[in-house]
Amino acid sequence: MTLSIPLVLLAVMVALFAIGVYLLLDRSLTRVLLGFLLVGNATNLLIFLTSGAFGEAPIYGEAEPLDMSDPLPQAFILTAIVITFGVSAFMLALIYRSWRLAREGEDAVVDDAHDLELVDAETLTTDEVTDEGLESEPEFDESNTTDTFEAREGHA
Amino acid sequence: MISLIPLVVLIPLGSAALALALPGRRRAQQLITVVALVCVVALSGAFMWIVDQQGALVMQVGGWAAPFGISLVVDRLSALMLTVSAVVLLGVLLFSLGQGLADGDDETPVSIYYPTYLVLGAGVCNAFIAGDLFNLYVGFEILLVASYVLITLGGTGPRIRAGVTYVVVSLVSSILFLVSIGLVYAATGTVNIAQLTLRIAELPGNVQLLLNLALLIAFGIKAAIFPLAFWLPDSYPTAPAPVTAVFAGLLTKVGVYAIIRAQTQLFPHSSVDQLLLVIAALTLIVGILGAVSQLDIKRLLSFTLISHIGYLIFGIGMATSAGYAATIFYVAHHIIVQTTLFLAVGLIERQGGTTSLTSLGGMLRAAPVVAVLFFIPMLNLGGIPPFSGFIGKLGLFTAAAELGTPGAYWLMGVGALVSLLTLYALARAWSLAFWRTRAAALGGANAPVPNTPEGLMLQGREVALIERLHDAPDAMPLQKQRETPRLMVAATAGMVAVSLLLTVFAGPLYSYSTRAGEQLADSGLFVSEVLDNPNEVSSGSGKNEIDGYDPRASKAESAIAQAGEVS
Repeated sequence: MTLSIPLVLLAVMVALFAIGVYLLLDRSLTRVLLGFLLVGNATNLLIFLTSGAFGEAPIYGEAEPLDMSDPLPQAFILTAIVITFGVSAFMLALIYRSWRLAREGEDAVVDDAHDLELVDAETLTTDEVTDEGLESEPEFDESNTTDTFEAREGHA
Repeated sequence: MISLIPLVVLIPLGSAALALALPGRRRAQQLITVVALVCVVALSGAFMWIVDQQGALVMQVGGWAAPFGISLVVDRLSALMLTVSAVVLLGVLLFSLGQGLADGDDETPVSIYYPTYLVLGAGVCNAFIAGDLFNLYVGFEILLVASYVLITLGGTGPRIRAGVTYVVVSLVSSILFLVSIGLVYAATGTVNIAQLTLRIAELPGNVQLLLNLALLIAFGIKAAIFPLAFWLPDSYPTAPAPVTAVFAGLLTKVGVYAIIRAQTQLFPHSSVDQLLLVIAALTLIVGILGAVSQLDIKRLLSFTLISHIGYLIFGIGMATSAGYAATIFYVAHHIIVQTTLFLAVGLIERQGGTTSLTSLGGMLRAAPVVAVLFFIPMLNLGGIPPFSGFIGKLGLFTAAAELGTPGAYWLMGVGALVSLLTLYALARAWSLAFWRTRAAALGGANAPVPNTPEGLMLQGREVALIERLHDAPDAMPLQKQRETPRLMVAATAGMVAVSLLLTVFAGPLYSYSTRAGEQLADSGLFVSEVLDNPNEVSSGSGKNEIDGYDPRASKAESAIAQAGEVS
């Protein structure tokens, strides 16, 4: 018996995982939610692909047992979809609440006050470093500082 | 008795539904919650007794035999975890009853605390009795969703901020768990843990390693082991005191329980055990160094929580029955003691208005009872004899000495050091919060120095203790100091009493743990208890399958082969 996994489904799964992980890493909570949904669906596809070749509906008496699809992954996916649905609803409420509290027209993850204190404590020790000195420093990563400054301005 | 197994999940879930149906009637909700949890305590205590006498209780849900239906398994480990969790849930519930009554939470329109709390309990119990991976996943999800609600309770700014971190990290770990289940199913064609024991052993070594690591990462995030623990001290301290207490006691331990099951039942002779020893050492050290540099007692305790997960992983990584026995005893001890400490901090916060070590002071005079209630579990966690913490660590070190490898000896040293540092961090918190005078706390360095030489010496030490922490993040702003209801103190005292009982009855409990450890070390025992005919189902030969139908035997293998070709 030859069995095969359709390349299209596999490619879709990979694409969903890639885009989903990218979105999960974003600072905006709405994108995090979208990323979670994509990754969740990619996982469902993965489980679906584990059931092997496609067959008849796995209803007793409808088809020969050997022609049936494996029903267990479908049950897993169904459960996972329900859980994802519930968690997404909760995430939406959380995002809305976070947005209401932030009042900045954004839904970005709020900085931790404790982390910012630590950042301040570190900058105290590097006061004598000038901008020219930083620019000539080869390891210096510009994107890091702009992030930090934005975050600190937001909390000033 | 076997048919009573699902009740530990159904009672809390049903009661949660009932409590949710009575939104305005706070008294009724509280009564339902207390009664439900008392029932669960009684049931799991009975399970522990019976399982120890007669061996594991296995229920095949719906009468479907093991590889096809869902198995619910209560063995010695599950029964102990169930009992300890139920006691902790009940103790913390009484504490929150006291707190809720005093805070006038009757004013809130919708009362979701008690139903959610029960759902959390149901999820924890479901994870402990799960006989297959997917049911374990469902248990995890139930408790996680309940914990999302509890950690953001009230929806204040700091809680939402901490909750977002917690929710996103937990979502990622859930997805990883689900992916791991998919991979396990693809490789073996089953999710029943007993059948997996047989089938995973037949897989090639690299596939086993991949599955093991995938599951370890998924569980490790929940258990808060070293590189995956970053989320915990950020999110736990902001929740209400009873919620933090129950999370600290139970949620990480569910992850540890899953790691125990995976390492003993699914991958009994895995090379990952060596990795676990390294992880244990790093968790111990990094966690306690975090604790030593904290100014806020809640954050400090969160770091000691992470650190002591290292002890549990240490016992699992040794992969001997003595190691498992020590881990099992240590889990019971740690759940109780860590919860008690967080409850005591709840009392400190209430009485002193803050959990910041810079502002607390003079509480020995103001609240002598709280001082004692914090002091006893502190000594216990630090491993001072004769408390159960000492016995647990002694068990771990004995098992390590029996193992006798260099790694085990190194870990003994690390464990002893961490035990001392735990005591240092907690004792400093205790002396700053309780021992020094209120004036010294309020005035800082400018406080009038007592004239006696002892006073001068003490003053100098307090300043030195605080000085080293000048960079550490501080606690939330001061809250109003309030009266402490008797029930809160009584619940904490009850939990301290339970932790002392663990010490008094350490002998029977440790021999119980030893039997449980031996049970775990023999992975075939679990298989023979769950499966009726393990030999027939072992290799998926198709003989025992319904009408000769075995979709997995050939499909899974060719699916993997196909996947390999495609990629």
